[in-house]
Amino acid sequence: MNTQAQPQAGHHDDAMLNTNYLKAGSGWKSWAFTLDHKRIGIMYLVFVLAAFLTGGIFALLVRTELASQGHTIVSGPTYNKLFTLHGAIMVFLFIIPSVPASLGNFILPMQLGARDVAFPKINLLSFYIYLVGATFALVSIGYGSVDTGWTFYTPYSLHDPEAATKVLYMTAAVFVLGFSSILTGLNFLVTIHTLRAPGLTWTRLPLFIWGMYATSIMQVLATPVLAITLLMLIFERVFGLGIFDPKLGGDPILFQHFFWFYSHPAVYIMIVPGMAIVSELIATFSRRVIFGYFAVAMSSLALALVGFLVWAHHMFTSGMSEYANMLFSALTFLVAIPSGVKVFNWTATLYKGSISFAPPMLYALAFLFLFTIGGLTGLFLGTLNVDIHLHDTYFVVAHFHYVMMGGTVIGFIGGILYWWPKITGKMYNFTSASVGAWLTFIGFNVTFLSQFVMGSRGMPRRYYDYLPEFEQLHRVSTLGSYILAVGLFTTAGTLIQSLARGRAAGRNPWGSVALEWQTQTPPVFQNFEETPIVTRGPYDYHLATDEELREDLYAVDPAK
Amino acid sequence: MQMPVALSAYATDVDKSYYIIYWLSVVLFIGIIGAATYFCLAYKRKAGVRAEPTGHNNILELSWTVAPVFILAYLFWIGWKGYVDMSIVPPNAIEVRGRAFQWGWDFEYPNGAHTPDLKAPVGKPVKLILSSNDVLHAFFIPQLRIKRDTVPGMYVSLWFEADKEGDADIFCAEYCGGKGEGTAAIGHWAMISKVHILSVADYDKFILEGGGAKPGESVPDWGKRLYVEKNCAGCHSLDGAVGAGPSWKGIFGRTGVMTAGPDIVADENYIRESILEPQAHIVKGFGPVMPSFKGILQDKEIDAIISFMKTLK
Ligand code: HEC
Ligand SMILES: [Cu+2]
Ligand SMILES: [Cu+2]
Repeated sequence: MNTQAQPQAGHHDDAMLNTNYLKAGSGWKSWAFTLDHKRIGIMYLVFVLAAFLTGGIFALLVRTELASQGHTIVSGPTYNKLFTLHGAIMVFLFIIPSVPASLGNFILPMQLGARDVAFPKINLLSFYIYLVGATFALVSIGYGSVDTGWTFYTPYSLHDPEAATKVLYMTAAVFVLGFSSILTGLNFLVTIHTLRAPGLTWTRLPLFIWGMYATSIMQVLATPVLAITLLMLIFERVFGLGIFDPKLGGDPILFQHFFWFYSHPAVYIMIVPGMAIVSELIATFSRRVIFGYFAVAMSSLALALVGFLVWAHHMFTSGMSEYANMLFSALTFLVAIPSGVKVFNWTATLYKGSISFAPPMLYALAFLFLFTIGGLTGLFLGTLNVDIHLHDTYFVVAHFHYVMMGGTVIGFIGGILYWWPKITGKMYNFTSASVGAWLTFIGFNVTFLSQFVMGSRGMPRRYYDYLPEFEQLHRVSTLGSYILAVGLFTTAGTLIQSLARGRAAGRNPWGSVALEWQTQTPPVFQNFEETPIVTRGPYDYHLATDEELREDLYAVDPAK
Repeated sequence: MQMPVALSAYATDVDKSYYIIYWLSVVLFIGIIGAATYFCLAYKRKAGVRAEPTGHNNILELSWTVAPVFILAYLFWIGWKGYVDMSIVPPNAIEVRGRAFQWGWDFEYPNGAHTPDLKAPVGKPVKLILSSNDVLHAFFIPQLRIKRDTVPGMYVSLWFEADKEGDADIFCAEYCGGKGEGTAAIGHWAMISKVHILSVADYDKFILEGGGAKPGESVPDWGKRLYVEKNCAGCHSLDGAVGAGPSWKGIFGRTGVMTAGPDIVADENYIRESILEPQAHIVKGFGPVMPSFKGILQDKEIDAIISFMKTLK
């Protein structure tokens, strides 16, 4: 099955297929019932960004409460809900779907030279499943919200019948969201296998595609485990089966095994797409093939594989046997190898490149900086005796924020800025985008470097109040979070300004040789007027003519 | 990113691992980011200059895949070795039981004494047998670099041998919820206690005297001491001021209005029930935040508290 699927055939005439996808159909129905992967990607983008904003507001409330000792703005139990919502929203509604569902949906078929994903209807279905899941989450918040932390650890999450009902709603939300994730993963796998344009061999696949491929495998294999776990939790609650609750003869540690069996791979579901974007950015803005292309591609798959074997490193203090701890510590160190390989290869790609510092590249470089810190601090946590001290302290909080926010989110924003002109047809202001990038970078480091310090000194996480010796560092961290917020809002403002008044972007503003830049801006409904025939790799800048490398930031023809 | 003061040889050992990783990370970080920065400056885009085509360097690629394996194996080894030392409890260790509950700690010594803060002798191994009355908690002493989750329905153990006298903080490191409003709220964050590392003589004295009224102490006085030591004072005042819980002023024999059911006169049985099963009857105007002291307060101690209450007119 090497030909292209023609999902819209019959519904649209040829002229329609070759008009700007934003103008192919108007009115809300043309969005709500669209099967176009680009529009679905945009709808996802809007919702995941809304989730990011919501989760971010909760984060700011948490940081504000911690700005001084004792009661600052909310009471202890409210604080517990705030950090739970921050975590649950960021993980399940934002980061997990973020890159694959939004940019993945938009860009993946274009990079393949395909007209759409393999199953456009399932694609729309998965979007609506996401909305249903999000609604459940809102209902749970409306009922007064959960306070279990995003990990829902038993028996606390089953402890009090009143709270447990809210936990049910929240877990139901996560359960439903899981299906959206599985369907997207499945769709991408089939698309990558069957809809590559002629000439697009596996060794010519963009690294973004390789990343999406690895992510999809994890989504399809790991998410069902989460669904099973949550189902067991729901059954335990509703029918009183003793699975996790010691009062009913269950085992609370079993829940942790199940939970992390999904949630560790989920960490890679989150970070691999970020890495995938960064590979694209570094190649494009250094104008070079990624050094060790094959190693970078395979390291995504290696992460997907090893990611399944290390879940219990979240449980070194939980009372597992010493030998289990030994095994999981050893396996955890294996993860460092593919991550290290990526970092080394990205760095080497810069060597003798032709490096531009356009805003997307600033994010790629920020990623390199922050992810390196995130990765190196992981070494502390994999080392058994050191982890015993650092576990469940702010050190861990800082570590995973460096990876998830400093990695994935920074990569995601970089990706948005990179593909923005293609998606919207508009250019944005470079100065304010760069200011946003710098503020985000500085604010981020101020927020979380101080948390490493607190954590190594023993400040436990999820504390509403703390001992006086930590106040200074908490203040610094809160200040950093405000700088970070200003940076993010600056970026958001830049993009909104671009939508409202940005100049029309050119076809290939970055002078990229990758396939998705070769079509119109914004792309036509069927992506390419004719099925492209791929004759070289996505980063073969050395084979490109000077004309191909010209950066047409702005469309010459304003009528376009 | 300095570690806190180390109060044991084990803690010093953990610090060794910590600083090895720390300096290794610093070197790697400077290497990677230094190289990236240099490349960014040296190969900034210039008009007319194209990037050089990416070549292959198999030796380089192989070496940065294989070299880390040795470093990682070494880190694994030091971590595991330190951890094993920690897992083997010396046979002569003093056994102390630690119970975690929402939201506090209770430590029980070989002589039957109970305290909410931990007392331990310097220079002797102490084995803690930990359990939980309700949900997960985790026993954490940063200065000793030890941490262990307490799991309901299961005993876990942990040991330490402090080599300096002094006080250190005990935290709960596993999230365990919270309740209540405003200043009366209590929860995970408030499960902070202390470990007092005493000289052997002081510890022996504590063990000889503990577990009952001190010599020469009357029963109501003992009850008053328990009121402070068991932290009833955190929620109950003696002067009529309303805190998280009702004041104990004139408590004995007074008629209390409950949120549900008939009014109750505070006699011995009711007070005993209030202490062991606080949620059975809730005094109107208060939340269900009082922890149960079942297994923490002994019968004799409850009697002593009741006789102390009788003195509060
Ligand atoms: C976290 C706060 C808290 C702590 C600590 C606490 N209590 Fe209470 N206590 C309450 C609250 C709130 C009530 C009222 C609600 C209820 O009846 O459970 C209460 C009620 C009582 C009552 C019944 C009072 C009445 O007027 O009917 C007794 C007796 C009592 N506590 C004894 C104790 C003892 C003894 C201790 C220490 C060993 C203690 N409490 C520690 C919060 C606390
Ligand atoms: Cu993990
Ligand atoms: Cu606790």
